[in-house]
Amino acid sequence: MTKADLVELVAARVHLTKKDTEVVIDSILDSISRALSSKDDGKVELRGFGSFRVRERRARQGRNPQSGAAVQVPPKRVPFFKPGKELKALVDS
Amino acid sequence: MTKADIASIVANKGLTKKQAMEAVEATLDILKEALKKGEKIQLVGFGSFQVRAKRARKGRNPQTGKGITIAARKVLKFKPGKALHLVVNAGG
Repeated sequence: MTKADLVELVAARVHLTKKDTEVVIDSILDSISRALSSKDDGKVELRGFGSFRVRERRARQGRNPQSGAAVQVPPKRVPFFKPGKELKALVDS
Repeated sequence: MTKADIASIVANKGLTKKQAMEAVEATLDILKEALKKGEKIQLVGFGSFQVRAKRARKGRNPQTGKGITIAARKVLKFKPGKALHLVVNAGG
């Protein structure tokens, strides 16, 4: 399923135009992204669906697999999704 | 941030609060329905959701030390998209 498919299905269900629905879906995804990027309250909890959080990865010593040279990998933040109980059960049904 | 917070941001796009909440719920419902069918969802820029099958494996109850079999199951995996990765690492 792509975003276009999602827009079409949501539009049919809530009786909005496809154009309006696309604005809505972009706004949902954008607000999740923004929430995750903020340093303080970096989490989004969607009841019945799951939660998005950011996990910190420490800097580590890596290696260029091609040249074998050691490289320093900087610390980074990784978006992480944890499915809720309901969604977990649904997927495994 | 919760569903209600997202709905109020969505409402700023010219919908009523009620319409916005309905649209948010409908979006999540449709995603759930697709995942239930095992469909992969790819939202460019945001990320993708995919159902993956895990094989059964032998585990151990860490409390009793007893060996147990963990049944095969399906789990949901989210892979963040490039744009989301960049936003999260921009340090806002």
